[in-house]
Parts: sequence; structure tokens; C-alpha cells
Amino acid sequence: MAKIKVAKSAPRTDMTPMVDMFMLLLTFFMLTATFRPQEPTQVDTPGSISEKITPERNVITVYVGKDNKVFFNLDNGEDSTLHIRQEVLKNVGAAYNLSFTPEQLSKFERMSAFGMPIEKMGAWIDAPNESERQLLQTGIPVDTTDAATSELANWILYARKANPRAEATIRGDNTADYKAVKQVLDIFQGAKINQFNLVTNLEKVEVKLD
Amino acid sequence: MAEIIANEGGGKKKGKKRAKKFSTAIDMTPMVDVMCLLLTFFMLTTAFSKPKVMEIVLPDPPDPNIKTPRVEIPKARAVNIILDENDRIFFYNGLADPTKPPIPTVFESDYSKDGIRKMLLERNRSLFKSIEELNNDVLTGKQVMPRDTLEKRLRDLRKYDDLGPIVLIKATEKVKYKNIVDIIDEMAICNIARYSLTDMNSFEVKLLAKAKRDIAAAQTGQPQ
Repeated sequence: MAKIKVAKSAPRTDMTPMVDMFMLLLTFFMLTATFRPQEPTQVDTPGSISEKITPERNVITVYVGKDNKVFFNLDNGEDSTLHIRQEVLKNVGAAYNLSFTPEQLSKFERMSAFGMPIEKMGAWIDAPNESERQLLQTGIPVDTTDAATSELANWILYARKANPRAEATIRGDNTADYKAVKQVLDIFQGAKINQFNLVTNLEKVEVKLD
Repeated sequence: MAEIIANEGGGKKKGKKRAKKFSTAIDMTPMVDVMCLLLTFFMLTTAFSKPKVMEIVLPDPPDPNIKTPRVEIPKARAVNIILDENDRIFFYNGLADPTKPPIPTVFESDYSKDGIRKMLLERNRSLFKSIEELNNDVLTGKQVMPRDTLEKRLRDLRKYDDLGPIVLIKATEKVKYKNIVDIIDEMAICNIARYSLTDMNSFEVKLLAKAKRDIAAAQTGQPQ
């Protein structure tokens, strides 16, 4: 009598839960990936072996672009109820006899880096779209022409007053002139800041002493 | 994503020949593969994409009202590195003082590992070795110490070093930011204990110009 053969079928695990998990994890990581903040100008930072991570809170950032234009950014620190950005804008505006409406102040709070003479700030905040906004960004003046201190110096001074724990961070482009960066460093030193973080890309270097 | 397994086992039925039902199961393996890859990618890039910072500390700018005594740098330890435009880099040992001959020779180097790094490593051999030994010991477990102690030991090695070079970094007008960051990076790579960013004096400017002329002449093979 022939043996009854049971149809052999390869055991099939139902993959549904695993793919569900994958999808959830993927969505999680995609959403928690922090997007790079919109930078006012394209900056290619130089490389270095330094492994210290860029601080995200309590920073005063100065960008020096390819064309040596200077842009500025400051964050709201750890306590957003202090409205540090608004404070600083109000004070810097007052130093140049300019005032801003409450709507402009609250709009400014949510924006990021900027770079233009203080007179154009109002127009920049109220600009209807991104391209017009970009046109106004001609760089913050760093020269001391008629005033005792340059505009950048004033921004840094008031930013420091509003948030004494802020660290100075400089994002310089590779091809920016060292002279322009040195000017920024001198302005910082004028504000009694002697410790700087220069943003770089990580480079691994093998050193062998022969 | 259920697998619809059509009626496969109906082969034994005798009688009317049925049109063979194709199984509508879509093989999900490639999709799961791609998901796995995407997931790994995002997991890794969110961790590594943070830009890094290089910390530098500059000394307080000298107060023009207070006359600070000039610090005398021992001639034997001084190394002057001059950065020039077009990624050129020069260096000379000792101090360039027209009142104190001999005038040092200016050499040209480059930013590669056989250039300025080789020169600095040679000069800084003992300090570099001791720092590397300490780091290796901690890595391999020969010496165990908390991170703070390690950092303090490294700082002390630098502080009490009296053999390594004292580097004076100077830059001409047209130097790019990248050059400065690169040279400060070399200071960190070679574990240089003391360096500073200073301005060139007029004598050095002339010395550099002469050196460039000499090097150009030597390259074209013309008599000076």
C-alpha cells in the first residue's frame, strides 16, 4: 500500500507585522530627522578633525558667505517665554531710532538668519515671498563708518546682553577672505568674547610618526 | 498585505480541466529589502549629519592704554608659519630680527601631510609621542582613568612641555578662511602646545617677498 504523501509546502511566515513595524520605524526616523535650517547663503565650511558637536541652543551665529557678506542669527535660548529675539530686535532698533510693530516682532521671532542693514529690516520682515526677501539680504555692515560701533557689533552686544550664556559660532565659507572673518573675530573680541566655535565638517586623518 | 493564496491544492480533482488559477501573491521581499535599507540610512544619517565645530580661544586683545611687556620667545623654539594667497605656505625657524643676525631662511611648504605636517611632527616629536602613548594606553586599557583625569593629564602634558615648537601663525592679505582653519587644524593634529595668530611686521613682509623671488628664480633655473 502506497504511503499517503502529505503535500509539502514550504513554511511561510506571514510578513505583515514585520513590514508594519518597518513602516512605523521608517516614518518615525523620517519625521525626527531635523531639517537643516534655511541658510541665508550657501556656505561650504572647511574640514577639520574636531569632533565637538555644534550647539543648537544658546548660540549667536555669524555666517560669512563666499562674497564676504555677513549674516546673523540668534536663537531663543532655552526659555522661549523670554522672547530673546524680540528683545534684541527692539533694542537694536532703538539704538538706530527705529521701532517695530508687535506683528513685526512676533514674525521676527519665528524667522531665522538675516543679513541686511537695520533700515531694511522692516521691509524684510514684511516681504510677501521668499524671493523678495532674499533680494533684501545684502549683508550686515561691519564697518565703522559714521557710528562708533558697526551694526554687527551692536547686534552681538545686545544679543549677548539678552542671553549671556550664548556661545559664538562662526560659519565661514572656504573661499571667504580671512580678512573678513578676522574683522568679525575682532568685533566679537570687542564685545569681550574670546572663545569661538568655527563650524567645520568632520575629516578623519591618520597621523603616523615615522 | 495579505497573501492571497489561491486554490493550489485542487490538482487532484478529476474531471473538467479547469483554467489554471495563477496565484495572485505579490512577492513582498524586495519591498521589505528597500524599507530595511531606507530605515538603516535614516537611522545613520540623522546621527551623523550634525556639523561639527572647532573651538578656538583667542587671547584678550591688548589694551592700547596699558603697555604690556613683550613676551620673549626663545629663538630655538620659535617656528613662524606664513600663509600666503593661492594656498601657499612658508615657514622659517627662529625669529626674523634685522638687528640680530643671522636672518633665517624661508622655506616653502604645502598643506599636504608631507608638507607642513611633516615639519611640525619632526619638531614636536617628543610631545606628540607622549600624548599618543597616553591616548593609546587609555584606549587599550593599560591605564584606566575617568575622562576628566585624561583631559587634565593631556592639558598638563602640553602646559609643561618645554621642547616643542612655539608656532607663530601669520597671514598675508589675500589668505582664505579655509587656509586658517587648515593650519589651526594642523596644530591640533600635531598636538602643538603653543601657537598664536599674529601680524607680520614690515621686515617679515620684505623677507617673504625676497624668498618668493628666490623660489621663483630657482624654479625657472635662472641665475639670481
